[in-house]
Amino acid sequence: MKYEAVIGLEVHVQIKTHSKIFARVGAGYGHEPNTLTDPVVLALPGTLPVMNKAALDAVIKAGLMLGCEIAPLCKWDRKNYFYPDSPKNYQISQYDQPICVGGEVEIELPGPARNLMGEHKRIPLTRIHLEEDVGKLNHFAGDSLVDFNRAGTPLMEIVSEPAMHTAEEAFAYLTSIRATMIYGGISDCDMEKGQLRCDANISIRPVGETKLGTKVELKNLNSISFVRDGIAYEIRRQVAALESGGIIVQETRDYDGQTGVSQSLRSKEMAHDYRYFPDPDLMPVKVDEAWKARLKAECPELPFQKQRRFIEAYQIPYTISSVLVWDKDLSDYFEEAAKLSGKPQAAGNWIVNDLLREIGASKASLEVSRVRPAHIADLVKLVDGGQLLTAAAREVFIEMFATGEMPGVIADRKSLKAAPADAGELEQWCREAIAANPKSLSDFKTGKDSAINGFKGFVMKAAKGKASPKLIDETLRKLLNAPM
Amino acid sequence: MSTELFFKPVTELAGLLEAKTVSAVELTKAVIARTKAVDARVKAFNSYDEADALAQAEASDTRRAAGQARGLLDGIPVGFKDVISVAGQPLTASSRMLANFVSPYDATVTRKLKDAGAISWGRLNLDEFAMGSSTENSAFQATCNPWDLSRVPGGSSGGSAAALAAGEAIATLGSDTGGSIRQPAALCGVVGLKPTYGLVSRYGLIAFASSLDQIGPFARTVDDAALLLEAIAGHDPLDSTSVNRPVPRYSEEMHRIRREKKVFRLGIPKEYFGEGLDPEVGAAVEKAIGFYKSQGCEIREVSLPHTEYGVGVYYIIATAECSSNLARYDGIRYGHRSKEAKDVVDLYFKSRAEGFGAEVKRRIILGTYVLSSGYYDAFYLRAQKVRTLIRQDFLNAYKDVDAILTPTSPTPAFRAGDKSDPLAMYLCDVYTIGVNLAGLPGISVPCGFSSGGLPIGLQLIGQPFKEAELLAIADLYEGGHDWQRRHPKL
Repeated sequence: MKYEAVIGLEVHVQIKTHSKIFARVGAGYGHEPNTLTDPVVLALPGTLPVMNKAALDAVIKAGLMLGCEIAPLCKWDRKNYFYPDSPKNYQISQYDQPICVGGEVEIELPGPARNLMGEHKRIPLTRIHLEEDVGKLNHFAGDSLVDFNRAGTPLMEIVSEPAMHTAEEAFAYLTSIRATMIYGGISDCDMEKGQLRCDANISIRPVGETKLGTKVELKNLNSISFVRDGIAYEIRRQVAALESGGIIVQETRDYDGQTGVSQSLRSKEMAHDYRYFPDPDLMPVKVDEAWKARLKAECPELPFQKQRRFIEAYQIPYTISSVLVWDKDLSDYFEEAAKLSGKPQAAGNWIVNDLLREIGASKASLEVSRVRPAHIADLVKLVDGGQLLTAAAREVFIEMFATGEMPGVIADRKSLKAAPADAGELEQWCREAIAANPKSLSDFKTGKDSAINGFKGFVMKAAKGKASPKLIDETLRKLLNAPM
Repeated sequence: MSTELFFKPVTELAGLLEAKTVSAVELTKAVIARTKAVDARVKAFNSYDEADALAQAEASDTRRAAGQARGLLDGIPVGFKDVISVAGQPLTASSRMLANFVSPYDATVTRKLKDAGAISWGRLNLDEFAMGSSTENSAFQATCNPWDLSRVPGGSSGGSAAALAAGEAIATLGSDTGGSIRQPAALCGVVGLKPTYGLVSRYGLIAFASSLDQIGPFARTVDDAALLLEAIAGHDPLDSTSVNRPVPRYSEEMHRIRREKKVFRLGIPKEYFGEGLDPEVGAAVEKAIGFYKSQGCEIREVSLPHTEYGVGVYYIIATAECSSNLARYDGIRYGHRSKEAKDVVDLYFKSRAEGFGAEVKRRIILGTYVLSSGYYDAFYLRAQKVRTLIRQDFLNAYKDVDAILTPTSPTPAFRAGDKSDPLAMYLCDVYTIGVNLAGLPGISVPCGFSSGGLPIGLQLIGQPFKEAELLAIADLYEGGHDWQRRHPKL
């Protein structure tokens, strides 16, 4: 029998705010244990939570970016359970009225080849709600210590419908959410820092069956590759169980990314009764149209939208676009360089091939790179004008990356500029090129404009590269369009 | 015969301090001496810090000498129920769980009173975590009624009421979740005010039932209660449930209302005068009604038809909230930690079993039950609906009346140990619970004594945020009587 997997993901995203969600103390990662605490975070007797509006702003913005409906009221509930990392032994969360309802996440599956766009799908969301993060337990021999620095960090939980069917889809889903959240400035989504965490609900059913099978919750998928591997493992495990005549038990399993194996954590019977009820310490907050409109205006274009626009407006290849759009800063950088240079494809190539290589090699970042879009644009123009040959331009690039000087300055200083070809000489080469390519000539005359490219290589070769492509183009057109 | 300093009201002491007839240090020393003389019998204090109080008094005198006195409360020793946080002082909730806990921060009311120059004086006993009506549920000691030491002072703020009645403080703060200020005020013969929910910040008050808890003052006179209220009321950015609206100067506003000689319309809810009401209490309240009539007030019968559900609704909502509020006492970060525990689950079980008393456990279990999956709708959700009806009852009544008049407690102070049945104890709050469920202000003022010499309290219930009018109505009664000038012989 053929089986189909049904996968739903619960993704926790830490929201990047200056302070915690219900306390005035700062939020952050990597501080000395228990330094980001105050009486409220530690749940000392008598303390009360007060909502940080920035956290609510962020989740509403996230919801708007993902096309969710925003609830008119932000209501808070208590989720009651005992655990040493939870200072109050209840978590302030949202139960029956999540702040965001519905929405979808656009994903792209791997294409047939690296340079071809894959299939796009839209994974529907059930809800997004806001809650507070808990602290962190550190286990030592005979002792466990709690660090409450993380406790009270704003956290949103993005719950998908059970609408994915492969580990690849889940992987693509998580990748897309991650990019979207980074785009919106909502989170840095660093999985190593726990800023993005994922649990998966997985079931299988015979292909063609519409009823859902018994689901297993897989926890601790703490890296994007663990998500893919863990889900693939779980699907295999369930198929093997059914094929050997066994059954799937509803349970929660813990995935160990190191061993690639999952283990049962608790069964359905051991499930918690969280005794949710409205938190009497927090008043519901009204979210009106003006509030939503303000945040809507802050929503950036999403990565896939941008990719479609880049490919259409700038005529850049899919591979270049898919490098550019997943990093918002990089895509902004590209757009500026594209506009300044007037040559988006050339600018895109310099950025994706040379700039990223140099940044990677020097362990720098785009932010601190001395090469700004204006440098790229000037470089593109020098090459396009025939003043810099490809090899020379590469040398200029490396120097410019190191010094931040403009490319023209470097080329002059290092005498790298090519002497421009003599106009008469150029025209002669063009005539020779036309004479040598009758096929291209007849194609061009019958209206195939691109046939002109057939002459250009000849001319450039004759000029030993020391001619401006622009000038070659102009000269060729002048000759081709002249009555013969 | 001149009254001892420790029995004088704030308004009078403020004059003496202002005139420098008495210094804050002298006043504080008098209060300390009185406490030392009587508290072994009254047992109102869990602890007090004499040196700290005297240092505060000296600072007050220094301010005054420099012409920088902060107002009428500057130099007045005010006692704190041991659920209200004072930085550097114990905060025990009269529970073994917090027996050794010292709070590192000030509650908002504490900060406000300190800003007004008041001296924070002592930690006052209560029923553990404010759960009870007799102050017998304290893990440390049972407080006694100063009028009859064999009787209870009421609760849960029994220490606050008894200390004031016994002259061990000039005013005190308590908290009221179902009557915990008004009932002990009535049983100890002092004024006790429970403000509108949201008027006074709860930040720094150990939560029992968050949607019902309010901090309020105990005072010798209505005037004093007004002074304390205006010092502690007002919006607090640290408490989301505190209401952002301007706070009047209650002490001036209530006198302005009195001067207007408005004809107050007072409602008498027939449901509050039925079975279970002690005849002497009933008679005293009837006399109070007669007094208001004689002052030209309109007396109207009103109906609060859902009154009978009050106690039931209260014990669902309050226990549900407390089961969650008290979850933080787990022995992990602070508080009692069992030395016997084998693992973390065992640590929870043992620490909480050892740290909490029987009544607290009973309520946590009840609250856990009513919130459980499958029971939530039948209990908690339904109780919330009835709560809305109870509030609506009051708001309907206020279409015809300015305030509602009832007994505060069905009986005067009962004997210690008399109400060992929890249900009998719960019924002590039958007249006070509705006010909390509806979020209204209520005040208890002394309105006579039983034949056995025990104080009786009159409860006046006001409209939301109309404390000034409520105080004016209470002040009208107090002005025609001298109950507040009687003091227990200790």
